[in-house]
Formats: sequence, structure tokens, C-alpha cells
Amino acid sequence: MSGSVGESKIRVDAFDKATGRAKYTGDLCDQSALWVQIVHSTVAHGIVRAVDTSGAEKIPGVVKIFTCFDVPENYFPTAGHPWSMDPHHQDVADRLLLNRHVRYYGDDVAVVVAEDEVAAAQAARLVKVEYDGLPFVLDVQKAMEPDAPQIHEDFPNNILAHTQIRNGSYEEACREPGLVKVEGWYDTPTVQHCHIENHICTAHMEAGRITVTSSTQIPHIVRRICGQALGIPWGKVRIIKPYIGGGFGNKQDALYEPLCAWLTTRLGGRLVKIDCSREETFVSNRVRHAIRTHIISWVRPDGTFAARKIECFSNQGAYASHGHGVVAKGMGAFPQIYPCPNVEGDAYTVYTNRPAAGAMRGYGIPQAMWAGESHLDDVAKALGRDPVEYRRQIVMPKGYVDSFSKNENYYDTFRQVMEKGAAAIGYQEKRRAYQNQSGPVRRGIGMALFWYNTAVWPISLESCSCRMVLNQDGSVQVQTGETEIGQGCDTAYAQMAADAIGIPFENVHIVSAQDTDVTPFGTGAYASRQTYVGGFALRQTGQILRDKILSCAADLTRQMRENLDLADGKIVRITDGRELMDLGELAAEALYSTANSRHLTAESTYQIKNNAYSFGCTFAEVEVDIPLCQVKLLNIVNVHDCGRLINPALAEAQVHGGMSMGIGYGLTEQLLFDEKTGRPLNNNLLDYKLSTFMDHPRLQALFVENPEPTSPFGTKALGEPPACSPAPAIRNAVLQATGVGVNAAPMTPHALFAAFQEAGLL
Amino acid sequence: MYDLKALYEARSVEDAVRLRLEHPQAQIIAGGTDVLVQMREGRRAGAELISIYGIDELRGVSLDGEGNIRIGSLTSFSHITKDPIIQKYINVLGEAVDMVGGPQIRNAGTIGGNTCNGVTSADSASTLFAWDAVIELTGEKGVRRIPIQEFYLSAGRVDIYPDEIQTAILIPRSSYENCFGHYIKYAMRNAMDIATTGCSVNVVLSGGGKTIERARIAYGVAGPVPLRAVSAEAAAKDRPLTEETAEAFAQAVLKDIRPRDSWRASKVFREHIAVELAKRCLRESVRLAGGELA
Repeated sequence: MSGSVGESKIRVDAFDKATGRAKYTGDLCDQSALWVQIVHSTVAHGIVRAVDTSGAEKIPGVVKIFTCFDVPENYFPTAGHPWSMDPHHQDVADRLLLNRHVRYYGDDVAVVVAEDEVAAAQAARLVKVEYDGLPFVLDVQKAMEPDAPQIHEDFPNNILAHTQIRNGSYEEACREPGLVKVEGWYDTPTVQHCHIENHICTAHMEAGRITVTSSTQIPHIVRRICGQALGIPWGKVRIIKPYIGGGFGNKQDALYEPLCAWLTTRLGGRLVKIDCSREETFVSNRVRHAIRTHIISWVRPDGTFAARKIECFSNQGAYASHGHGVVAKGMGAFPQIYPCPNVEGDAYTVYTNRPAAGAMRGYGIPQAMWAGESHLDDVAKALGRDPVEYRRQIVMPKGYVDSFSKNENYYDTFRQVMEKGAAAIGYQEKRRAYQNQSGPVRRGIGMALFWYNTAVWPISLESCSCRMVLNQDGSVQVQTGETEIGQGCDTAYAQMAADAIGIPFENVHIVSAQDTDVTPFGTGAYASRQTYVGGFALRQTGQILRDKILSCAADLTRQMRENLDLADGKIVRITDGRELMDLGELAAEALYSTANSRHLTAESTYQIKNNAYSFGCTFAEVEVDIPLCQVKLLNIVNVHDCGRLINPALAEAQVHGGMSMGIGYGLTEQLLFDEKTGRPLNNNLLDYKLSTFMDHPRLQALFVENPEPTSPFGTKALGEPPACSPAPAIRNAVLQATGVGVNAAPMTPHALFAAFQEAGLL
Repeated sequence: MYDLKALYEARSVEDAVRLRLEHPQAQIIAGGTDVLVQMREGRRAGAELISIYGIDELRGVSLDGEGNIRIGSLTSFSHITKDPIIQKYINVLGEAVDMVGGPQIRNAGTIGGNTCNGVTSADSASTLFAWDAVIELTGEKGVRRIPIQEFYLSAGRVDIYPDEIQTAILIPRSSYENCFGHYIKYAMRNAMDIATTGCSVNVVLSGGGKTIERARIAYGVAGPVPLRAVSAEAAAKDRPLTEETAEAFAQAVLKDIRPRDSWRASKVFREHIAVELAKRCLRESVRLAGGELA
């Protein structure tokens, strides 16, 4: 087998993207498109009494205005989960295309359709909406109180879901004599994905069917949801997904595709375009769940846990979207990463009048690691232990098997990544040097681990379908339903396909765009699944194509099939290594044969009933300017065990991006809301402090390559893991520098001002 | 696509004055880094614009016959930072405007636009206040020069007559001679940000570098418009170069500044930072002037 996997191949889309040739949804939309401006709610909670469109309709260029009184009463779910045939496992259907009962400031009330952007904006400003205001609630625990405003009818106390962990007996175990109790509350903020391309979609009709082109991670799922939202057969909808400018989970949801699809049906099938502004993207798409976590650890003097308790309160915002899956995944990590026989856990997902929270890179794990890894340093501090040495004692051992997922920790990954990270950053020397500092500017070093598991089995379906088509020159088109969203999966797929078939990397043509009319079924980019699950389908389909090619080769060369191999695009006789035929010759011969014409193709589906742990850590070194309440990040290192690296350069880039996201999560990013009105205060890229290049030190990405035994290519998750541990690592470095443990992210100067004052440092 | 009613392009200062009189409702646009943003937000939707961006005579930095520094109003931030006259005599201004936005904004944005916006957070403004800059405006009747403190009327409002455009910013020779200064922009990140508080300090030393002959200090975002902290200046004037002087200087700013509570930052936080910045800016200015706090 030729060896393309493991090499830092140049991205298959690099030149098109760097030169601007790559086409995105906005580039593909022709000038005839009608412009849609959504009229958003200006109250956080209320009932729309009336919408006056008379002024707006007078604006030249306005084609049509639709309001919440015009849409079908057809509730639909939006989460980008595989559909479940089990009604109890289906996503909550709490959405309408436009809403009379508005549940957050920014909810969708009406749409203006106009000939151009300016007319649509002018008219939208003139649409007058009258509301009967209702009380609103932004805080997750206040929303659970008995007198809190009720946001959805069927969910008492606004609790969308509540799940539990009951391992052993917490109540009994914590009565053991001599235990140290360490308790803390940890908060994470509402943040947004901030992908560079805002969500955009277009829709038109042809031959009685709707075609939607969308910046989405999940074309096949969006087709299903459009069908559900419009109440039409799913085959009446065709979704095209071209290149997209990032998604990070926001586009793992049906966003405005159902509305866009509905609008074209009401406009004679004309092409309509919904192009979100950055301000809308912040508020009216999806955000990351803000999760408040309460942890109590009962620790023996030797450091082992006797009992642990965790409570998680996940702020769902106004609509269910991904709902409870996010906090459930986060809480699921708690009993595993530091195994303890007696664990009591409760996770609540609660509706509030904030923007709807959905999937975002890490899916509950960044929140869980902020809480759990901050707490772990608090425990180490209480015991007077070094945080790394302490973790080495209690972290998940090699051979650990999770009883639910059957995931196995095949290697001693946690200890390996800690060793590598500590050596790279000089942890021990620095930890020692930074003890007992005084003065206004102090340094500290800290770290955090993260737990992650690849893909969604056994919670949901994992399958991947693949099609391969051989060309006359011996090159192969490869199609899957899994999507390139900037992360580089097209390139990784080309590498795996090349090895699976036995052809050079350059001879694989990945069909990047998905079109649900022609692309094999796949559920798309999420859960850091694609390289892992795609590997199975690529291996299997590649084998089918190889078999067909070798059978054909046996015919054409009159050699025994078992004596033939396909390597590097050549038919080789194994017995003497002679190259008998080029694959191009074979393909042309097969296709144009007047005796026995064959078009060599392969297509198959592989259902994956495995899952794989993917662990790692972050080490961070900071300098804290106490009087200025500022943290300067001096050094940061991420170490990952994502199995064998398919493409080392792309893997490193993936880690850099996640680290950047984690740095912002820890230090600067949060979506703020006005307590009096529920209005978002900073829904733009100036006031929302995404960290910039100038805020980063050199980002160092390291790997421990333990091949994943369940994967045909030895690989496992890397998409989301890099964002999971930087924030608590930085927090723990600040803890060492100042002695102050900040329990709410982000650690902005405002937060540090309050914390340092309380600690008597200011 | 911008909601724009009309665009009038001025070819010269006289042309701009004529357009101003012909279209009194129109907004002046230079680099566009603020005006276009406001139009996109709908705040100036449907605006008429007079573009002065093509008037090249308003670009560049020079010394006049009396040795005053003259900065053409259309000089971009990046050109100011790289200008040899600025670097030699008032390097702090080049450093301050190098903290505006990002590289693209600094190539397009102009110092005239930065000041004519009238916003308290402008990165150039506190340094211009601290160096007693003079604003030059040209109108129908010729040239008018006023101290920058009089130019700023209130938040977002500056003293431009209906026939005028701003044509230059002047730094008098008496202001920059033997003077060394430092600016700290305090913001929530290191690029692409607006100052939470900006502090610009400069000093002239005497007595063989042992005494502060003159200290000037100005703030952005410590009130509705940039302001000078006169109590602090008085507390340092003719004082010895000591940490006590620096402390007295810094604490005195609390008598002068008037920051407010907003969701962006609390008043007490801004006050705390303002005092700390005064101390640090003074210390660095003294160091640049060749002195040392004892």
C-alpha cells in the first residue's frame, strides 16, 4: 500500500482558497436574488399583538412582507443530530418559522423581502411591532425558581431536561472520617462561534422542488429539517453545501434554511437570499451554553477521592436546539477522568430568555473542563500538592473502560501528554521559580487536562457513505456526505482514499461540495467525527473498488487475480514485482472495451459501532500585572493524543485554532446582556472581545501518537479537543501567580479587579 | 451596499468649502473608517457625503518657518507613525496612533477624522491634548486656529463652522522642545479595540534632570471629551524627581477626571486604572527625558 497518510500534504483546496477562486454561497448566488431582512424582537419576552407593515410597504423595491401571523403552525426541531426513529430520542420540536410568542431579544418576528439590501433595511426599520410584554429571566438558576416566567408551555420550571449520575453512595462515602472537603462554583459565559463567514442561505424552486444552497455543516440533516418545517416530503428538498467559511457548531443546526425554503414557496419559486449580518449571527443564530457547575470533592489525606458531587445548570436560552446533549456530555466526563466509586451528579438544561444555545466546538467539554480542572487545582492547593504530580496519581489509568460507551483507554495517554507538555514548557523549573512571589507583576504556570470522546456512538447513529468513481486516466472521484468546513477533511479524506485504493494522492479528486440529490448520505461535520468515521467508509469503499480493479486487471493481463496488487496507481505482479499496467490504461481499456465495457465504481455505507477516547492537555504560563488587572499569556502548549496523524501540518493548524478559541474563552470573550431589558450589549466584533493575533504568544501544538486500534487508519478526534483545556490552564496559572482562583470565565480585567480587591491585592 | 443618497468629491480645499455651503446637510467623509461604519449601522442611513479624501494638499507632516509641526488633516495614522519629523520631535503621537484598530484601519483612517469625530476614546486625542495641539480650520473667510481643548465642544460635537473643513493640526515649537512623552492605551485586547482609558503624559526636566519643570497629562475616556488633568500637572510642576512626586501626581488625577459607569467598565475601575496609568506614563516619560525617579 502506498503511504499518503501521515504526510503533510498541501490542502487540496489551498490554492483556490488563497487566490479567492473558491466559491462560497454568496459567490454562487446570482444578482436576481431577492433580499430578505428579518425583523427581530426588541423585547426579551412577549406576545406580538400586531405588526403594522403599512409604512414599510411604501418603500420602493419592497416585494412582500411576511409576519408571524402568516407562517404555518408547524413546530420543528433544529438540532443537527441524526434523526432517531425512537420518538423518545427525537429532538424537541419547539420552533416556528416566525414567532408570535417571542422568547429572546432578537427573536424572529417578520421578514421584509425586497429587490435589494438597502430597500429591505429601510423597510425593516419601518415595520412596527406591538408587544404585550412578559417578564423575562436570563439567569439559569433564577429560571428554575417557582415564580419564574414560563418560557415554553410544556416545561415546568423551564427545565428542558434533567439527568442524573448515581454511582455508589455519595451520602455514605462522604461520612468517612478524616476527609477534606473542597467545594466550588464555576461559571462559564455565553460565547459565540465567530466563524468568518456569517450564516447565509439561498432558496429557489425548480420542477416543484426546493433547492437550498447554504453555509451549513450538515446538508443531509438540513434537508430533513426543511421537510419537517414545511410539512413536505423530504425528497422535495435539495440542499447544496459549497465551501463554507467555518462553522464551529453554529452551522450544525438548521438556522435560516427552513425560513428561506418557505419564502421561496410563497414567492413563486423566486430566488431569495438570507444573509445574516454579524450582529444577527451573534444573537439570532446559536451560542455556546453558559453552564454553572457546583462541585464538592471529599478527599482523603492521600489524595484519593472518597466521594464527589456535581451539579450542572446549563443555560439553554430560548429554544431547545441541541438541548440537554451538551451538558450531558460534559457531566459524563466527570466520573471518568478522575475515577471515583461514589459520584452523585445532576445536570439540568433550562430555558431562559437568552439566545438559543446549540452546538459549539467541544460540546459541553470546555465548560466541564473549566469547572473540573479549576476544581482539581483547588483540591491540589487544599492538599498542598503539585497539580501535575497530583493529577498523575489520580487520573484515569491505562485499561479503563467506560461501561456505557465501551470506550477503552488503550494507552496511558493522560500521563504521557502531561509528561510531554511539562517538558516542553519547562513546568517544574518554572513552578518552583514562581513560588512565593511578591510585587505588582507576578508569573505563574498552570495546566489542565481534557477528556473527550470521538463521534456520537452509542448515543446516536454513526454511519458514513462513500462513492468512488474511476476515471479513464486512473484518477478517482471520491464523494461522501461528510463536509469540509475549513478544517481540512477533504485533504485527510484524499490521503486516506489514496491509501485505501492504492493510488497516488494527486489522483484522488475529492468532490468537496455536497448536493443531497447526488451525494451519498452522511450526517456531516460535528462531534470531531469525520476523520474517524470517514476512515471506515473510505477503507471499505476503497477495498470494493480495488477488488473490482484487480478482477478487471486479471482479465486484461490474464494473470491470477491473487497474484496482483494495485500500488501507487500501478497493477503490479506480486510474485516478481513487475508493473504490468498503469491504472489509467486499465480504466480506459475497461470503459471503452467493445467486448465488455465496464465503468468501475464503488459505493458503500459503513455503520460505526465504536467510539474512541481522545485526550490531551494544555500548559500555560502567564504574567499577571496586578495593578492593571491584566493577564499576559507568555507561553502555551497543547498536547494531544488523537491517534495516528493523518496530516501533521493540518493537525497542528487545527490545534492552533482551538487554542486561540480557548484563550478567548478564558480571558476575554462573553456575550453580555442588559439586565433591565435582556438586550444583547456587545453583539459585534468590536465590543465582543475575540482574541487577536496580538493577544497570542506562539501557539505550540504537540502530539503523542498512539494509534487508535478501532480505526482503520489509527486516527481519532482532533476537531474540538484543542479548545477544551486552554481556559482552565490559564486560570490555574493565574492561581499560581496570585493565589487567587478565579471561578468565572472569562478572566477579564473587570473580573480580576473585583477578585484582586477581594483578595486584598489591590 | 450602503444606503447613500449622494457623494460629492472635493478637488481642493476651496472646492470643499463650496460644497459645504451648497450642501449644508451633507456629512464630511475622509478615510471613511467611522462614517461608513455608522452608515452600515443605520445611524447615518440615507446620508449625503462630501468626500475630502482626494485633497492631497492636506497630506503630510512638515515644519513651518517658526519650527511648529504641521500635520495635514488627511495624513493617515500609518504615515504619522513612520514620519521622521514625528519620530524626532513627538514620537509618542506616532506610537499612539499606531494603536488605532488594525493595519488596514491605520492605512485608511486620518488624524483629521479621528479628531473631528469628537469622541473621547480617539487614540490621537489625548496626546494632542497633552501637547497643546492647535486645530486649523479653513472656511470661506480663510484660516481659523483654535486650541484643541476649545475644538471639542461635547461628546461627538466639535467646533467646525458650516463652511469649514479641518485642514491641519499644529504642534507649537514651545510645546515639543525638550519634551518627552508616553502614551498607554488601556484596552481589553492588544489590537482592534477602543481604549477603556487612554493616558498621555509628557515632561520637561530641569535642574540637571532632577526636577520636573513641566508635566502635562491628558486622558481619553475619562469624561465625555478628552481632558487635561490640571491638578495632577500642578502637583508635579517644579517638584523633584521622586516616587512621592509620581504618587502625588497620579492621585491628583482623581480631582480632574470624570469617568462614568457603563457596561463597558465601571467608574471605580476606570479611576483605579487612570491613577496607575498616570504613574506609569510619568515614569516612562521621565526615563525618556533622561531622568530617573528617586
